[in-house]
Amino acid sequence: MLEPLDRAIINRLQGEFPLCEEPYAQVAEELGTSEAELIARLQRLLDDKILSRFGPMYHAERLGGGLTLAALAVPEERFEAVAAQVNAFAEVAHNYQRDHHLNMWFVLATETPQRINEVIGEIERLTGLTVFNMPKEQEFYIGLRFDA
Amino acid sequence: MNSAATPTQQTNSPIDEIDRALIQMTQHGLPLTPRPYHTLAEWLGIESGEVVRRIERMVADGIIRRIGAVPNHYALGYRGNGMSVWNVPAEKIGELGPRIGALDFVSHCYQRPRRLPDWPYNLFAMVHGRDRAEVADKVAQIARLLGADDHGHEVLFSTRILKKTGLRLGI
Repeated sequence: MLEPLDRAIINRLQGEFPLCEEPYAQVAEELGTSEAELIARLQRLLDDKILSRFGPMYHAERLGGGLTLAALAVPEERFEAVAAQVNAFAEVAHNYQRDHHLNMWFVLATETPQRINEVIGEIERLTGLTVFNMPKEQEFYIGLRFDA
Repeated sequence: MNSAATPTQQTNSPIDEIDRALIQMTQHGLPLTPRPYHTLAEWLGIESGEVVRRIERMVADGIIRRIGAVPNHYALGYRGNGMSVWNVPAEKIGELGPRIGALDFVSHCYQRPRRLPDWPYNLFAMVHGRDRAEVADKVAQIARLLGADDHGHEVLFSTRILKKTGLRLGI
């Protein structure tokens, strides 16, 4: 169970993190706790997987890489086998099963933009299925923020 | 001081070798040490002021969106996570997209290509709620906002995470 201070930490750390000499001390002071307590709780939230990560969030395309969302309509009896084939690619960052005719949705993040089409080609060849490639054309908002 | 770092082999790369090393060191997280930028500077063999300047520059260039925590929304009780997808007139998407993105329960909002005839949807909005009913209620709010511009929509709920490694920048 999360204590009030854990919730305050999660909410605070979804905002800006200072770029000063002792940033944890500064945030701890804002939250009315100590630097050691903040670091210990942050470590525990990460260990318990309440937080997926804490650190700089990089924008893959701005680094010169490729990023896309792609989907497959996988026959139910082949679902596990195809999931293993798709997940075997290091470029597959996320993969979700969804309740739809297009039942497998994955994010490809590649070192170069050209590599996106290569990986899609390899997945199509391996699985014999058509990959629906849906790269973003415009971003209207991205601001994942959850009240803890 | 390595301020004259050589450009990387990748053409048009907006980062140099030191940035690259800094990214590799931090893509799993920021060190949980009292002086994290100093810790990174020691690993890199540069001054901590330079680490901060490099991070500031990457924030200004949009390479770093922000430094922060990414909660596991399931663990926080957000069990309804629906990908709502909408067929809206292409010529109005520039006006409609920002209005949907501005809703406080939408975490990501993108225009993506239609894949006809199988996939008529060109606007994606991730909607989060405590459960599916709450997500359905929020999707109805989007539908009201779109009115006659909603030419069809669906909500795809994730039933299983098959892989979630996050972005591993192979750099």
